[in-house]
Amino acid sequence: MKILVCCGSGLGSSFMIEMNIKKVLKEINVEATVDHSDLSSASGIKADIYVGTRDIASQLTSLGGKVISLNSMIDMKELKEKLVAALQG
Amino acid sequence: MLSNFFTPDVIHLNVECSDWYEAVKVGTDLLVRKNCVEKRYLDAIVRNHKELGPYMVIAPGIMLAHARPEDGVLKLSLSLVTLKMPIVFGNETNDPVKLLITLAATNQDSHLSTLAELMELLMSEEDIEKMMNADKEEEIIKIVSRYSS
Repeated sequence: MKILVCCGSGLGSSFMIEMNIKKVLKEINVEATVDHSDLSSASGIKADIYVGTRDIASQLTSLGGKVISLNSMIDMKELKEKLVAALQG
Repeated sequence: MLSNFFTPDVIHLNVECSDWYEAVKVGTDLLVRKNCVEKRYLDAIVRNHKELGPYMVIAPGIMLAHARPEDGVLKLSLSLVTLKMPIVFGNETNDPVKLLITLAATNQDSHLSTLAELMELLMSEEDIEKMMNADKEEEIIKIVSRYSS
């Protein structure tokens, strides 16, 4: 299971979301590889789930994986809900 | 060591700006003055905002302005600006912006722990609220120190 977090710059915000995803995975006892990248590199990286905030997420839908679109970068509840749903579905 | 970055000279509170461009410029000017980023870093942020949308408004009232290391970052740095009147950046769910943090990161992994501390800070609703309403730089510095190891 590979999860890729994307953001416009590939540094900073995507890394911070990656940190939160790792926290959630630990909480729900699920193992996955989590990485981060900028939007332009994302198309070259194969992942099962792509994660980004709303504006970024709309650009991830053509990549062939599930897409999680976040309204807020810091809302753990939203992240957990959407991550769990994506992992189960 | 988040506290090392949020020094009084990069904190500017209750700034009056008429639009989002001006607000972002206040944040980057603080870093240009300290030789932490080149002037073109502002242009990169503006370009990203125009091309990709207001994705940097990461949570209600909070903007994390940043671009790529190769867009003119000289050293890892942060600035913090609060706006006297919140400004609309075009993000339906998180507008208007009251707190603007400008982040300039380099490619080194050594700063990841600082980003981790920044993240913890951003996730504290209570402290974000306090910072948005702060009148003096010391208040910000005090709050930041609790997240700094």
